Amino acid sequence: MSATFTKSMARNVFYGGGVFFFLLFIALTFDTMKVLPKRDNSQNITPAVEHGKKLWETNNCIGCHTLLGEGAYFAPELGNVYPRRGPDFIKAWIKGQPTGVPGRRQMPQFNLTDAEIDDLVAFLKYASEINTNKWPPNIEG
Amino acid sequence: MKYKSQAVAKLYFIAAIGLFLGQILFGLIMGLQYVVGDFLFPVIPFNVARMVHTNLLIVWLLFGFMGASYYLIPEESETELYSPKLAIITFWIFLVAGAVTVLGYLLVPYASLAKWTGNDLLNTMGREFLEQPLPTKVGIVIVALSWLFNIVMTVLKGRKTAISIVLSLGMLGLAVFFLFSFYNPVNLVKDKFYWWWVVHLWVEGVWELILGAMLAFVLIKVTGVDREVVEKWLYVIITMTLVTGIIGTGHHYFWIGAPAYWQWWGSVFSALEPIPFLMMTIFAFNMVNKRRREHPNKAAVLWALGTSVMAFLGAGLWGFLHTLAPINYYTHGTQLTAAHGHLAFFGAYALVVLTMISYAMPILRGRAANPERAQIMEMWSFWLMTISMFFIALFLTGAGIVQVWLQRMSPTPMSFMAVQDQISIFYWAREGAGLVFLIGLLLYIGSFFVKGESRAFE
Repeated sequence: MSATFTKSMARNVFYGGGVFFFLLFIALTFDTMKVLPKRDNSQNITPAVEHGKKLWETNNCIGCHTLLGEGAYFAPELGNVYPRRGPDFIKAWIKGQPTGVPGRRQMPQFNLTDAEIDDLVAFLKYASEINTNKWPPNIEG
Repeated sequence: MKYKSQAVAKLYFIAAIGLFLGQILFGLIMGLQYVVGDFLFPVIPFNVARMVHTNLLIVWLLFGFMGASYYLIPEESETELYSPKLAIITFWIFLVAGAVTVLGYLLVPYASLAKWTGNDLLNTMGREFLEQPLPTKVGIVIVALSWLFNIVMTVLKGRKTAISIVLSLGMLGLAVFFLFSFYNPVNLVKDKFYWWWVVHLWVEGVWELILGAMLAFVLIKVTGVDREVVEKWLYVIITMTLVTGIIGTGHHYFWIGAPAYWQWWGSVFSALEPIPFLMMTIFAFNMVNKRRREHPNKAAVLWALGTSVMAFLGAGLWGFLHTLAPINYYTHGTQLTAAHGHLAFFGAYALVVLTMISYAMPILRGRAANPERAQIMEMWSFWLMTISMFFIALFLTGAGIVQVWLQRMSPTPMSFMAVQDQISIFYWAREGAGLVFLIGLLLYIGSFFVKGESRAFE
């Protein structure tokens, strides 16, 4: 690099650039938070959804599945499992684990009560109604 | 070594390497579970193995960063570490907390672990990479603050260089952004939005400051190039990191419920994220070409150049591959993401820690460089690990492309599990490459025990 561009100039550009883009990021975040209620389906967050989310977390579902494309890539996407399979299938599936089919990927049995499974399904329904800009591309997730 | 307090780094480096080995073993278990689904079930289900694999990665890199800074800051500041005792206490707290956490993952059902560790008080668990129980999260904050305090106090009482200031800023960012791991709203969109303030702003933001500072330090030492030149490069590179990387967070906001304008912000800025990595490659090779001395530690030079190249490939190129919104629409959350994740973490962060260990460890053991034979073995381990990781990324990329086609683009989309059966050949190949990686790592560990004539200090 040329001698006219000194280290202290480089340092100033670093601080200026860093602060500027961080402030821009904060501004975009503020705007996002403002428009989010129109998209995030938060009007449908019930106590059941809240409890369902907690069950989702405390059983570490994200350790195998993805939710809106984030998580592990070992098991199916669950952001749209509600429209894909419907509530009855989901409940029966969770209760029926593990399948025990030799050589097949196994999902643990989490010993949830019927009421807990209902809440988990409520959470998955809520998640499926978030406006995700039409992602995933098709129902298979 | 010039300052005797630098010796604390050795503890950190040894722990880092040990945990690295653990990470790889769990990686191999998971790799096998991809094709032999019931392997070790129900003793170690996939989600548990993955939690151990990713958490060990984070912890060993943090040990590496801490060890590296306890080594380089006294030398940069030309003074002893503010408190070597604090560094040693922090080490044991972190190691014990880390070990207890991993044992908790392995021995206790996750839901019980959550109940016993106060997750009801404050829900923070069960989110990817942030699975740690509340006491562990608090512990991480305490350890990070004690590290930051020790380093900043050392910098304040000694010489202030660009390298030490950039490193301290990186650490400050690491500590501050981790605080978002305590924020877990019920609103899933907000949860995900701020989750990235930890994950993205760490690995595509402040960690790159730490990476840049460590690489600059080693390059000054092994090439003897003028500090003014190296530090000017450092500032320019990390400027580009922040200019592209902060708004680049938007590439995670395409499909999680955030407004559609993030597709523009995220695509444009993250498309520029390879630039700082490319500059880092040019910088490293330039400095080595202009070297004013032949450092006896050839292995350290190889690791440093390797870091710059692999970080560019993994973080830069493989990131760019799927960062544009129209492409990401199809690739989001597939094996392509896994390919990028592996190559980027290895290329940028695993390699820079190994670079630092390679340079500092011989000195901590009382010699300028390791014996010739040990260095040759170390360089073999570099090539084995680097090439096998590159192949892991290639196989996962292959898997990802076929997955995207069969599941998301074909006129007759197949279900997730049906697609997984179709791409199992790629997973077998990945597991094979993983075994080669393990051999490389064992060779690396072995290189520390090779005896022979070593070069004394000049």
